Amino acid sequence: MNDRPAVAIQGLTKQFKAGVTALSGIDLEVQPREFVSLIGPSGCGKSTLLRIIGDLIEPSAGAVEVNGKTAHRARLDHDYGIVFQEAVLYDWRTVSKNIALPLELLRWSKEKRAARVNELLGLVELEGFEDHHPWQLSGGMQQRVAIARALSFDPALLLMDEPFGALDEMTRERLNLELLRIWEASGSTIVFVTHSIPEAVFLSTRVVVMSARPGRVSAVVDVDLPYPRTARTREEPRFFELVTEVRERLAGGEVAA
Amino acid sequence: MTATLQQRAIDWGPAVLVFVLGIVAWQGLVVAFDVKDFLLPKPTQIAQTLWDERSSLWHAGIYTFKEALGGFALGSSLGILSALLFANFRWLGTAFMPFAVAANAVPIIAFAPIFNDWFGLLNPFSKMAIAAVLCFFPVLINTLRGLTSVDPRAIELMRSYAAGNVSIFRRVRIPASLPHMFAGLKIASVLSMIGAIVGEYFGGPTTALGVTILNASAYSNFTLAWAGIVLASAFGILFYGAVAAAERLATSWDPSHRDFQTE
Repeated sequence: MNDRPAVAIQGLTKQFKAGVTALSGIDLEVQPREFVSLIGPSGCGKSTLLRIIGDLIEPSAGAVEVNGKTAHRARLDHDYGIVFQEAVLYDWRTVSKNIALPLELLRWSKEKRAARVNELLGLVELEGFEDHHPWQLSGGMQQRVAIARALSFDPALLLMDEPFGALDEMTRERLNLELLRIWEASGSTIVFVTHSIPEAVFLSTRVVVMSARPGRVSAVVDVDLPYPRTARTREEPRFFELVTEVRERLAGGEVAA
Repeated sequence: MTATLQQRAIDWGPAVLVFVLGIVAWQGLVVAFDVKDFLLPKPTQIAQTLWDERSSLWHAGIYTFKEALGGFALGSSLGILSALLFANFRWLGTAFMPFAVAANAVPIIAFAPIFNDWFGLLNPFSKMAIAAVLCFFPVLINTLRGLTSVDPRAIELMRSYAAGNVSIFRRVRIPASLPHMFAGLKIASVLSMIGAIVGEYFGGPTTALGVTILNASAYSNFTLAWAGIVLASAFGILFYGAVAAAERLATSWDPSHRDFQTE
């Protein structure tokens, strides 16, 4: 399983009923343990692509394989942890019970669930908040609960749709660092949708640049900044070069030599 | 604890004051303008009658409340059950909801004499049936709205955990629908009491509250009629309060109740 790509997409096309072509001829491979960001203008279909990978919507044509299986099989095998822009927590459940929900569905015993929830509360630094209800938490804390919930069952693939898009810049940068720490600790593969060029460069091993109408992959930028990345990384000349490269790719131009 | 009690007192203070002032004004105006009893009795007279007739009124009240409760239980359960079916099988909803909405516009009270014929004038079930039909629609419509207006991403997340339909209903749709469902149940609690009383106006045993009110006004015993109305209102308000209390217990997580939570 480990030598297979985590995600393999070939000739993927998605047309919606209204005749809109959201995605056209997408080919993309993501290797295990990679952190790949999808970036592009609004309407380029990056969220649609993420949903297709996660078997939440069906492609019109083309094939998606996840860990060597169909996306459908992968979903039934609990290969996906999904995080949206809003935390989408279940209001009637406490923080602990939100995190434990996927584990309940996997029929973990109560003791095993409690132990795992404790571990995750530590990982996302929310100890002491286990009995709070979602509305009692700030936006950043809610999003950390959503991440803990997605990680709870150790999914092979994390799909994140602008998870920090609704947060202020300070919180976003702190959560970026936390996410990298979590990614390195958990050993999972991440496909991450974002609008922010610096965020994409800071987090990713590769940045996939998309263009709109129809959504296509227009460039792939390898990010050769070493891990572990820290707040300092954002100040390195290479970071700025890569941000510039992604920006120019997005604008559709050639990269200056 | 004392702090919350104090807060409650402050919250309820204005309403209690308005109530007391209203009663005092009623009494004062009736005395000042020498209003005849058959037009409007004095609150003190009504209170006196409530006390004097407490035994028969209480039994009548309980009798009628049982009809209301039975109708509420029946109508609300059917409403919730139908909402669950319509939410799960969309084609059922598409086929039946237009009729449910149309039927909701029918003045159901008009069927009261018919129900009395069907189920028997003295059979409490004829009143329960009216109350049940009255309760059915608000509970159905509100619960269905709650079950179907769940954040689609909350459902997507459940699907990503490979959750089945039953699990999605149990863990997401049903809990998310509770605030809506209780809105329907609160309306139904009041309607059930109205249904039972009005049903009794078209005939019922003399032990029923509606019949007591009807007979009292027919025999010009207006203070007794008013005492019956006050008791019927008290049952209605208490029933509503009980449903509202159940709501607060069942949906204490709801952000709209945050004033009632500690912290």
